[in-house]
Amino acid sequence: MGKKWGYILGIITLLTIIAANYLIFIWVPAEKVMGIVQKIFYFHVAAAWVGFLAFFIVFISSIKYLLTFNEKWDWYSAASAEIGFVFMSIVLATGSIWGRAFWGHWWTWDPRLTTSLILWFIYAAYLLLRSGITLEGRRARYSAVLGIIGFIDVPIVWFSVRWWRTVHPNLMESGKMAITTKMSITLSLSVMAFTLLYAFLLPRVVKLYQLDCTIQKTKDVIIRNL
Amino acid sequence: MKFAKIIYAMLCKDFKAEFRRKEILSSMLFFSLLIVVIINVTLNINKDILFENFTGLMWIVFLFTGVLGINRSFINERINDSYLGINLAVGESSIILVSKAVSNLAFIGIVQTIVIPLFFILFSVKWPQNAFLFLLVNFLGTTGFVFLGTFLSVLTINTNSEILLPIVLFPLLLPLVLAVVQASNLILKGAPLQLWGHWLGLILVFDFLYTLVPILLFDFVVEV
Repeated sequence: MGKKWGYILGIITLLTIIAANYLIFIWVPAEKVMGIVQKIFYFHVAAAWVGFLAFFIVFISSIKYLLTFNEKWDWYSAASAEIGFVFMSIVLATGSIWGRAFWGHWWTWDPRLTTSLILWFIYAAYLLLRSGITLEGRRARYSAVLGIIGFIDVPIVWFSVRWWRTVHPNLMESGKMAITTKMSITLSLSVMAFTLLYAFLLPRVVKLYQLDCTIQKTKDVIIRNL
Repeated sequence: MKFAKIIYAMLCKDFKAEFRRKEILSSMLFFSLLIVVIINVTLNINKDILFENFTGLMWIVFLFTGVLGINRSFINERINDSYLGINLAVGESSIILVSKAVSNLAFIGIVQTIVIPLFFILFSVKWPQNAFLFLLVNFLGTTGFVFLGTFLSVLTINTNSEILLPIVLFPLLLPLVLAVVQASNLILKGAPLQLWGHWLGLILVFDFLYTLVPILLFDFVVEV
């Protein structure tokens, strides 16, 4: 992406975030039962969406890497995993706060929460595996393989956790609330803002990886010529 | 048939090496016994709660013990470059993965044949009526665990960190463990198939996917 487009995207992202925050905190009325706490929902859902999207991008770029062996795709999957991990952490944190206010305890083994937690663990494992390998080609191949295997697990995790919870009926249903038009508009804008933020961050983190790679290569050349 | 022959030869080789080295099997066995003792000592729970959590406790033992053995499986092949020798002799790298997984399954199976009855005895739980189904579900669960674990161990032994395998493996394994524990718990209570059939389905899907995908991807991780 050209520098100019990067700036334009950055400004659009910033404006959307401001607009979304305006809608969330001033425009949209608070939910009747839950009150002000419910507003965390707009951040929570949007972050979850980006978290899952980021994992999907890891999956796609991992496949692309194994097909082409172009290191660009490795940078993309690594960058996407890094951003996805941050967003998934936001999901867990906001979910916890919401749960504390709504259910009275910080954590319940609700299907969505559990799936997010497991996904977060898979991301962490992916990043740990990357940091454990120094050889570049090997790191790229191994993490691509894990990126694919990890993504396949997501639907299985979802089904298993959902069935698990239907066996235990004492759990309250989460996320069931009547959404008004104002709420859905706010949510859409919030999701858009988060997605734009992701789109803005991704090429930058990729660039970091690229620069890192260039430094490594230059270093190798210098050492060889000493 | 060539396929089965190679797997059999590899299995014999792994057993022969194990009986000379006495490394994996004995440590797995003693480790699992130790965890059983630790569970007994640390948990002070009544019989009903224990019965509810029986299969779960059993699988905690299997996971920690299994990961010990699986972690070693390819490390020994790196000594004297013996992996290269195997690869030259076999020719097809995915067969090596399958046969390594089969050997691991055999090792863990041996440990399980000792630990499962011991669990029933030490926790004084009655042996289930349909023991065959109970063992079958546990075997299917172990199969998925061992295949995915063997494959991922190839990734993790080539890193700087020895304890990476459980960190990478366990999150992926959670749905399988959940399914096995739920299904075998229901079998233990004598529940009919309708109540745990979907769990069995999930185990089979998991086993199928995580046998097939590693075989397809193994060429990318193998280092000659």
